[in-house]
Amino acid sequence: MTYSIQTKGLSKIFGHFTAVDAIDVEVHKGEIYGFLGANGAGKTTAIRMLCGLLQPSKGTGMVAGFDIARETAKIRTRIGYMSQKFALYPDLTVLENLQFVAELYLIARAQVKDRIADAAERTGIQKLLLRRTGELPWGWQQRLSMACATVHHPEILFLDEPTGSVDPLSRRVFWDLIRAEAERGTTIFVTTHYMDEAEYCHRACFLVDGKIADLGTPAELKARHGATSLQDVFLQIAQKARRS
Amino acid sequence: MTAAIRIENIAYNYAGEQALRGVSFQVPSGALFGIIGADGAGKSTLFRILATLLTLQKGSAQILTWDISKAQRNIRTTIGYMPQRFSLYQDLTVWENLSFAAEIMDISKGEKPNILKDLLQFARLDGVLQRRTGQLSGGMKQKLALCCAMVRKPKILLLDEPTVGVDPVTRRDFWDMLAQLRSQGTTTLVSTPYMDEAELCDQVVLLHQGHVIDQGTPLELCQGLPGTLWNVHSFTSLHVDAQTASPPPLLSLYTMGGNLHALAPVDISPAEILKVVRNICPAAQEIELAKPRVEDVLLHALRSGDKS
Repeated sequence: MTYSIQTKGLSKIFGHFTAVDAIDVEVHKGEIYGFLGANGAGKTTAIRMLCGLLQPSKGTGMVAGFDIARETAKIRTRIGYMSQKFALYPDLTVLENLQFVAELYLIARAQVKDRIADAAERTGIQKLLLRRTGELPWGWQQRLSMACATVHHPEILFLDEPTGSVDPLSRRVFWDLIRAEAERGTTIFVTTHYMDEAEYCHRACFLVDGKIADLGTPAELKARHGATSLQDVFLQIAQKARRS
Repeated sequence: MTAAIRIENIAYNYAGEQALRGVSFQVPSGALFGIIGADGAGKSTLFRILATLLTLQKGSAQILTWDISKAQRNIRTTIGYMPQRFSLYQDLTVWENLSFAAEIMDISKGEKPNILKDLLQFARLDGVLQRRTGQLSGGMKQKLALCCAMVRKPKILLLDEPTVGVDPVTRRDFWDMLAQLRSQGTTTLVSTPYMDEAELCDQVVLLHQGHVIDQGTPLELCQGLPGTLWNVHSFTSLHVDAQTASPPPLLSLYTMGGNLHALAPVDISPAEILKVVRNICPAAQEIELAKPRVEDVLLHALRSGDKS
């Protein structure tokens, strides 16, 4: 079995505070993996370590085949990242935003055009390339963010609360994009506070006080906790948290 | 019933873009009143108008006995407004942020310590007074922002998506706080993208493309859904694309968690519905009646497009 992400005892300690406490995470290639937990449980710290933005205090981790402590530059070219805080330039056109990101990811000049056309088609924004980004409705900006995060064909896509303040229909449209990306073989590592979205994950883990409190398919988790929804599972598990 | 907020035919334009197109409703005094709708439906614009931060272009609105285009000063000292984004200084401590809010709202030096202490206790933030606000979790920041909006013990609270990015447990704490405020007589107007929260409101309006398209108690909204709602499930997760047109004779078909919800005319049998659903989603196995919820109401409204 090959893993896109594999950590052993991964920890981050800030002074006297253990933000992430010896987590073992194994994410299969092409899997949609939900990373769930209360505010302050350690999700963002863990993601920052996996993306090579923060050195682990203890433990090891491999992402896309590279060591998260030593090979961070290589990791960054093989992952995509998107959060609800868009990193788009509102004054640039859609095409210019994509071109800019393509350069950041060091895509070869000869390939840039094809890669951008491909990303635009996958996310359905090919007719908007010459529009100014800031003028687009929110849902289309979200698609552009997705196109930017995947223009370099990352092996793993990190989505950190990609659907913060989004209406129920737009959230479902966005999850269709996530699913399509996974079907192409991209590994998806996603955090969300919408527990109905957690049901769309192949497997989900719950982080409590920096530790993994439970892990399984949505069906396994619900059965284990005698719950009818992952929202109930979350409420049961998160109530055991000690820190705030 | 006395209305704490009356909104009559409000319209608002941003440089050619029509955000509100004639919105009217009344918020009863003491109610916990929700606003839901798609992104760009005009929710935040409405909050900014009521908070007197945008000038009314058309229509009229009253808060208590004051006209919002004439008595801005009275209104500003009566309401507590929590904007959608940022209202806290990340570099200040919890205490300093709240203290600053108290000072700009002219709370007297004598009263300040007690008011602040009560608020922090109410929000269960009394353990983190000296913590820098930037280091708080998302849920705690939102609770602190609510405290800042409440420094003057306002009779009316305007909360624009106060729980975005907040986990389910902390959201529940936050809504417990709102329920407690209601029991003390506060009128709260609150918008939210979480439909389980809309169900905790006394009344809800559904805004769509600048119009009110539905209004009532959560139960009334659910009862207003046409046809019968069915839950279709299987041993595995089911899914249909969000933009798939509803296959006739179904009125709506969409994903709900790992199941599908199908809204069908009352005279169609479950066996028939299952057959139609299987054409799109072959893994569908079983069907049972579902209890409509506000998420179903909003989804059906958004999928049906502009109903106005």
